[in-house]
Amino acid sequence: MDWLSIFQNSFTQMVGVAAVVYCLAALGLNIQFGYAGLLNFGQAGFAAIGAYAVAVLVVTAGWPLWLAILMGVVGAIIFGLLLGVPTLRLRADYLAIVTIAAAEIVRQVARSVTLNDYLGGSDGITGKYAADWYALNPFDGFEWFIFRFSKNDLWVVINGWILVAIIALITWLLMRSPWGRVLKGIREDEDAVRSLGKNVYLYKMQALILGGVIGALAGVIFAMAAQSVQPDNYSTTLTFYVYVIVILGGAARVFGPIVGAMIFWFLLVFISEVLNNAVRGGFISSDILSTDQIGQVRFMLVGLGLMLLMIFRPQGIFGDKKELALDER
Amino acid sequence: MSAESTDSRQQAAAAKQVLAGVDPVPGVAKPDAIFRGDSIQRSFGGLVAVDVAHLEIQRNTITALIGPNGAGKTTFFNVITGFDPPNAGTWEFEGHSLARKPAYRVARDGMVRTFQLTKVLSKLTVLENMRLGAQDQRGEGLFSALVPGVWRRQERENTERALELLKKFNLTHVKDEFAGALSGGQRKLLEMARAMMANPTMLMLDEPMAGVNPALTQSLLEHIKELREEGLTIFFIEHDMDMVRDVSDWVVVMAQGSVIAEGSPGHVMRDQVVIDAYLGAHHDVALTESGESLTRKADA
Repeated sequence: MDWLSIFQNSFTQMVGVAAVVYCLAALGLNIQFGYAGLLNFGQAGFAAIGAYAVAVLVVTAGWPLWLAILMGVVGAIIFGLLLGVPTLRLRADYLAIVTIAAAEIVRQVARSVTLNDYLGGSDGITGKYAADWYALNPFDGFEWFIFRFSKNDLWVVINGWILVAIIALITWLLMRSPWGRVLKGIREDEDAVRSLGKNVYLYKMQALILGGVIGALAGVIFAMAAQSVQPDNYSTTLTFYVYVIVILGGAARVFGPIVGAMIFWFLLVFISEVLNNAVRGGFISSDILSTDQIGQVRFMLVGLGLMLLMIFRPQGIFGDKKELALDER
Repeated sequence: MSAESTDSRQQAAAAKQVLAGVDPVPGVAKPDAIFRGDSIQRSFGGLVAVDVAHLEIQRNTITALIGPNGAGKTTFFNVITGFDPPNAGTWEFEGHSLARKPAYRVARDGMVRTFQLTKVLSKLTVLENMRLGAQDQRGEGLFSALVPGVWRRQERENTERALELLKKFNLTHVKDEFAGALSGGQRKLLEMARAMMANPTMLMLDEPMAGVNPALTQSLLEHIKELREEGLTIFFIEHDMDMVRDVSDWVVVMAQGSVIAEGSPGHVMRDQVVIDAYLGAHHDVALTESGESLTRKADA
């Protein structure tokens, strides 16, 4: 078994492009679900809006990249308003249903045949829309011990983690402020917060939109890293992985989504690399497991790991067990 | 300070005396009403839960709302505080209409309530619960929240006030605990203290004494009286008659959704209509073996 390459791939992916994208989406969801208690199951929809805004506006309309990113943010705000206005006055579960449906609508519209000329159908849009941005990259590739990045990946990863750091800082500032206190209060009991003169609806809307905008930025980074968008990358699976990351790291913790995303991607890559090597090296008979089954098996194993986590550490990595115990009273 | 408190004490005594001159009939007008409600109705399907023709609450007094289970007391509370939409009705507080205003506006206008089933915010500490109650916080805006310099001083002042209130309500020793870790009685106290943080003009308490131990009840009663002396109006729902008699200046009795009697505690407790509502109209008629003879007797 080639342990060096196994660790090289795993650790590189731990802080790689996918980890950055999922981490951003999870940071957004953490504000909605972790702090405000909003069951947003449409984070993939927000990400898709960010990604498509960049792809469509730069490739098709020829706009500059920064303006396209800004429009992605505006798009996410509008999407958040559309979702929030009818549902945030209702019970929490309605938001869950509406968001999961709305995210699927976004994806189905993106891959629709009618809009093929604008959105590229199920193939999506591929193009050099971030070429100028990549041209700014002063670095060559990077290789040190177990980390290895290509030139472009390195640029995405550096910028991505800086963005993650900024958003984590904003989250930290917000959640120690009176604004964050109102949000946490709403998560616990919104009627109590209402009885103290706070406009609960407004706060929920702000949280939904703020988290959604961060989700859209995840999509922007995703599109810029891949230089293409495909609608099926923004299916509900993305949303559920993001939930896994938030819960794994510990909901309502600033560093939860960051560590959660790293662990999630490390485990996913590590397991498949180990299995791949084991099968190819003859340690696992190909009668039991063939290489093309590994993709599925790794999710089974990650799922098993999550179940164990929920049983033995239900509060996640960063959570506080004392807090969780309060729910059982 | 002492001049001010004697002043307000005199006010309270004056209010009590004014009430002594008010006719003890349902819906009677008060000389200085802080709250006026007219034909407030709330029904759930066919069940009319609240149907209050007219009710006024005198400023700077302690008014109790009593009545048998299912009389509509809590629903009435919910309606006038904006938590439950009425089918009909208007009501005003300090001269301006509150009808159909959202609950948070009602609270901002100075009508702050607590809940029968306490709503403490479990995963916030006791002190954070208290701070949440403060009004007009500069740091509660999304953008100003990002600049601690804008709200830090106000936060410090709010914390000081919160600590004072916690001391009054015997909660100082648990200020850093999660509110969810408190006992039932402590939660009641916290909720009342938190409502006080919101600087209410009228404090509305839904069964403040349920589940609080008798020793604590005594000190709570003293707090409530003190609040009146500070100039607050208190409107509370309670089942414990001893407490109602002890603390309230005026008692409103509801049964089957409407106000059936009002008056001083002593008057209301002798009122035949009230006794009938609580115990049934035939409670003083001896039960016989057959139900028929009971009816016959009552008819006679």
